[in-house]
Amino acid sequence: MGATITTSKIICFHCGEACKSEKITFQQKTFCCEGCKMVYRLLNDNGLCEYYDLNQQPGINQRIEIRKDKFAFLEEAGIRQRLISFEDDRQTHVTFYLPSIHCSSCLYLLENLHKLNPGVISARVHFTRKEVSIVFDHRMITLRECAELLNSIGYEPYISLHDLQHQPPRIKKRMIYQLGVAGFSFANIMLLSFPEYLGLENAEISLQSAFRTINVLLALPVFFFSAQPFFSAAWNGLKNRFLNIDAPIALAILVTFSRSLYEVFSGTGAGYFDSMSGIVFFMLLGRVLQDRTYQQLSFDRDYTSYFPIAVTVLKDGKKIPTALPDIKPGDTLLIHNQELIPADGILTKGNAAVDYSFVTGESIPVQKEMGELLYAGGKQTGNAIELLVIKEVAQGYLTKLWLRDEFKKEPQEKNISFVHLLSKWFTVIVFSITAIAAIYWGFTDSSKVWNVITAVLIVACPCALLLSNSFTNGNVLRILGRNRFYLRGAQAIEDIANANHIVFDKTGTLTTTKEQDVVFEGSLLPLDLQQAVTALAAQSTHPLSKVIAQYFNAENNLPVHQYREVPGYGIEGFVLGHQITLGSSAHVGVTSANNAGTSVYLAIDGQLTGFFRVRNRYRPCIPDLVNQLGKHKKLSVLSGDNSAERQYLQHLMGDEALLLFDQKPEDKLHCIQQLQQKKQVVMMIGDGLNDAGALKQSNIGIAITEDSNNFTPASDAILEASQLHKLPLFIQLCKANRNIVLASFIMSILYNIVGICFAVQGILSPLIAAILMPASSLSIVLLTFGCSNFIASRWKL
Amino acid sequence: MSVIILLIIASVSIAGIFLAAFCWSIKDKQYDDEYSPPLRILFDDKPASATDSDNQ
Repeated sequence: MGATITTSKIICFHCGEACKSEKITFQQKTFCCEGCKMVYRLLNDNGLCEYYDLNQQPGINQRIEIRKDKFAFLEEAGIRQRLISFEDDRQTHVTFYLPSIHCSSCLYLLENLHKLNPGVISARVHFTRKEVSIVFDHRMITLRECAELLNSIGYEPYISLHDLQHQPPRIKKRMIYQLGVAGFSFANIMLLSFPEYLGLENAEISLQSAFRTINVLLALPVFFFSAQPFFSAAWNGLKNRFLNIDAPIALAILVTFSRSLYEVFSGTGAGYFDSMSGIVFFMLLGRVLQDRTYQQLSFDRDYTSYFPIAVTVLKDGKKIPTALPDIKPGDTLLIHNQELIPADGILTKGNAAVDYSFVTGESIPVQKEMGELLYAGGKQTGNAIELLVIKEVAQGYLTKLWLRDEFKKEPQEKNISFVHLLSKWFTVIVFSITAIAAIYWGFTDSSKVWNVITAVLIVACPCALLLSNSFTNGNVLRILGRNRFYLRGAQAIEDIANANHIVFDKTGTLTTTKEQDVVFEGSLLPLDLQQAVTALAAQSTHPLSKVIAQYFNAENNLPVHQYREVPGYGIEGFVLGHQITLGSSAHVGVTSANNAGTSVYLAIDGQLTGFFRVRNRYRPCIPDLVNQLGKHKKLSVLSGDNSAERQYLQHLMGDEALLLFDQKPEDKLHCIQQLQQKKQVVMMIGDGLNDAGALKQSNIGIAITEDSNNFTPASDAILEASQLHKLPLFIQLCKANRNIVLASFIMSILYNIVGICFAVQGILSPLIAAILMPASSLSIVLLTFGCSNFIASRWKL
Repeated sequence: MSVIILLIIASVSIAGIFLAAFCWSIKDKQYDDEYSPPLRILFDDKPASATDSDNQ
């Protein structure tokens, strides 16, 4: 144990990152930074080294230090009260979201938190939600110390504005209970109905009434509890003057139940309790499968999930942590390194290098100088800055997008599933058959009229349609989820299939944020100067410097003298006796700056030698993807950037594609609206907060993310970037979904026709109903699962 | 034959017990987090539970 040397690189014993030097060691173990060593020592002292036995290098890198007062806001009574879930005179319960939970070692360490600090009574991890629930003794440790304890071992709690305003949503479990009750009643009623079907002898006729009574008792919870979702959905539909699929189903359940009750109490028959509870059970099962949600994902994030809960306000020279909703225009905010700018404001002190990757997907920081306007949503990198707030948080450039009235509607009202339309026709046909049969029997044998009407309604309920729909949807959702394409719900499948116009965002969607393309324009550099520039660039941690350091592929072992970094401008130093300057046009002293993307200028001994043009790299799958999608759909690109890359992009997207540049978040939204007014069904694919409006407005919004644990703006679906090339297959699968539903529906209609043949003749016995119902349900389930799995395996999904 | 009634009552109540067990397992959040419990049992030291907190 303890050997951290793999092939040639030395990696940190704690976090597994490459060590720059071998200087930081403790007990023959090498660490990449003092932070990692500190955590190791802490765990070692407390006998928690099993942490390192469970997984290789499980730790979280500690190189970026966290500001000392970062959690000072947790001492504010108002904020504290909102975060904790329970408090008495001895203990306090609180739940933190820790994004860095990733393995069993994390689980082990966090649940042993009480060994690190006796004030912690217990800690319990919810792994899928990446949450830890901590019970602590507030007489020994404060909430702030608790957060700092977590932070000190590498699990920084993520506390956002969202926590202040909303309670975490409770998972709906009611339907699971309803399913359990329906299954229980269904199985027992089936069992008790067998003697009836097989025929009872006259001597045992007393048993018959006993069985029937028990059946009634077992059917009561099914009707009053389990079938409730169908009744309430039908009622909601009728209230909105919309005949959904639940209406005929609710009617059928009602008719079956009342006719069965009548038969049992009048002594004329056994009723159809087994069919009724069976149907309810299968339909609930389908719904539960279809509604399965991804706990670790959230489709409803608005800006509050990104924004911090509190920020430091400077007042009369004092630093006061203030909850975000209390920020007023005119306040001066102190924004530290890596903190988010929470409100639009004017930079009054310091140099800002703002990373807007949350907003635009652009990962290279933007330089801002004093007096310039900073929009909320960016992250400051570098030294602390001061900011004069000019707008309240909720009124900002970005945040007011969410206050639009049209976004307050319930999402499901956006589109109506074809299943409801189908069921409408189905219902009309069933009612006509019922009416004809009723009129016929009214003339021939009026005693049978009610018998026939109820029998037809029992047999012909569109439960088969609902079954096939929910089972197919559930399975397709599962297949897509396996391919890391996560949909918000079943309606999204249909919306994807219907889309005929696909709109892409550029930065972060078509391009990747992980890599950049660098081109050097200027006079060719000799090898020694290439090495010199590499050595200089390697000194800085700025993303642009890192990219340039890799550009020449040169050795990096030259010493740099008099190194100087001007935050926000550039770097300079002496290498091999040459004075080398790298940075912005102002830093190098260039007057005629070009505007083609991000440029870094290089001067050697005061002479401008050239510049590096850095631009985001397009994902390699894009040409293929565009080619396949472009065959059947219109394509557009909405970019927040300038039109420097128009030519290249037009070539990439094809001549017919609509390209719009310099699009503000509102412009993107309006553009989608205009397309929709032209009767286009729009699919929007974006990644940043600036796409959030467009994602919501579009018929189906897909958020692209490099890692599904990252934050994504509110959308109907989340797709991992590595799976983007499969999008055409996903769309095809969603189209196939509809055909499978229709196919299984047609099959179930055949069963229905057989059933109706018996019903209109007035000879529908409970036995026939009891055979038809499970047979049709089961074959539908098999057909839908079989078809969708077969298609998926053929396309290798 | 009245013994049949007795048997049926017995079988239905056993099924009822299973239903109650199912409802309890849902209510107890046993299916919420399927990752941690199988690992938790493997750790040598059991973390202190909230119930014995009063002794500390």
